[in-house]
Amino acid sequence: MITAEQKPLNEIINYISPYDRIILVGCNECVTVCAAGGRKEVGLLASAINLHFLQQGRTIEIKEITLERQCDPEYVEELVSEIDRVDAVVSMACGCGVQSVAERYKETPVFPAVNTKFMGASISQGIWAERCQGCGDCLLGITGGICPVARCSKHLLNGPCGGTSNGMCEIAPDVDCAWCLIWERLKALGMEKRYEEIMEAKDFRPAGGGGPRKIVREDLLL
Amino acid sequence: MKTESKLEKVLASGALAVTSEVGPPRGALPDKVRQKANLIKDHVDAINVTDNQTAMVRMSSWAGCAIIKQMGLDPILQMVTRDRNRLAMQSDIIGAYSLGINTMMCLSGDHAKFGDHPMAKGVFDLDSIQLVQTVKKMRDEGKFQGGADINTPPKMFIGAAANPFADPFELRVMRLAKKIKAGANFIQTQCIFNLDKFEKYMEMMCDRGLDEQVHLLAGITPMKSAGMARYMKNKVPGMDVPDEVIKRMAGVSKEEQPEEGIKIAIESIERLKQIKGVHGFHIMAIEWEEKVPQIIEKAGLFPRPVV
Repeated sequence: MITAEQKPLNEIINYISPYDRIILVGCNECVTVCAAGGRKEVGLLASAINLHFLQQGRTIEIKEITLERQCDPEYVEELVSEIDRVDAVVSMACGCGVQSVAERYKETPVFPAVNTKFMGASISQGIWAERCQGCGDCLLGITGGICPVARCSKHLLNGPCGGTSNGMCEIAPDVDCAWCLIWERLKALGMEKRYEEIMEAKDFRPAGGGGPRKIVREDLLL
Repeated sequence: MKTESKLEKVLASGALAVTSEVGPPRGALPDKVRQKANLIKDHVDAINVTDNQTAMVRMSSWAGCAIIKQMGLDPILQMVTRDRNRLAMQSDIIGAYSLGINTMMCLSGDHAKFGDHPMAKGVFDLDSIQLVQTVKKMRDEGKFQGGADINTPPKMFIGAAANPFADPFELRVMRLAKKIKAGANFIQTQCIFNLDKFEKYMEMMCDRGLDEQVHLLAGITPMKSAGMARYMKNKVPGMDVPDEVIKRMAGVSKEEQPEEGIKIAIESIERLKQIKGVHGFHIMAIEWEEKVPQIIEKAGLFPRPVV
């Protein structure tokens, strides 16, 4: 899923202080799962904003809405009845959600309340870690199910650099060396020989080097 | 001969090669490069010029190499894939070769986290093995990485690095094999302090016949103090300094420690000379270049062959 973390309250306040009426829009997908921008966080942020302005002797009208999926025009349409009654939108969705709202409601400013972080997996309660960089040409089939693009600090495709120690990356003692993990996994699978095959220079066009990416599925078009 | 490289000629003659290195200055100080090169010029076959080592901005490697070339010496261009994409690297290779630089080292580079621009974006468009492949393709096929023809291709003698001491040990010779398969002609190793482990590594390398496919130069770093030995053991990623080396350094007075460090370096060279597959030495005297001639002389590697 896409992970996110709430921005510092000050930054959000700076965005909205010129306005008297805002709508705070959460999303029921990824940001709900990673506890950054779901219904609960919308409520908490609304209270924090209210409290901040109350301390300044000011009140601000905050409408709370959490859409099923903020990156989908069908759900973004649900804001249509509210949008004319507010001065600004604060979105708690990932960057995709923020842009979907901005694209649909061109006359109303939209501000992000979270920083979108990475495509990651849940490791344990409260911990998420990066697992995919969306390079558009998945290598997991030849790297034992562990991604060197997302998990090697230097994105090396042909093995561990000289900085590995005790299975950890040189950048920090709590970061696994992706290539140590790959090697252990290849051994477990009896595929050690695969390591010696040289992985050629990567084509970065599918990774975004070819410009903004888009998927068009002719079979699904209306 | 694949190239005009002096290092290639020395290695082909069967003599033990000797290289050392110059770290370029953090400013527009060409004289600093000349001073450092002058300290070692008569005692080495070629001089590496590091490329933003430890991820700190310095004079570019190719500019340092050009200064050394102007002195009538033989520079080795180091190139890390951290700072440039494949277009920039290939254009720098052509540029360097056009200035008479014919030997290079292909490296991935320390992570930017360790340097003075930890906020920089690491490029890593290629890794070190893919850079070796690229330089080989430019030289042997006369083609750019992207496939187009090169009008007058650069003929580089191609080097790569090996760290026999990083994890996992069992993978290290396989990684070396991969670099050789990609096209590396010579290898410079990480600093060797754990000679027993290095012997094991060389045995594994020779068992696969890799010593006949590549020239390996053993990395030597003289230590100035017991403190430096401890620092290298504990703080430098991928460095293996055995306790007995630290004990030996700490066993003499502070004033005598530099001399002890040099003695250890010389003894290491003597022992490494006996190991099958070691074709020379790469001496990395970090900010201690003035000691390089003494080490080379006392290790019986002087005078250098004329090729």
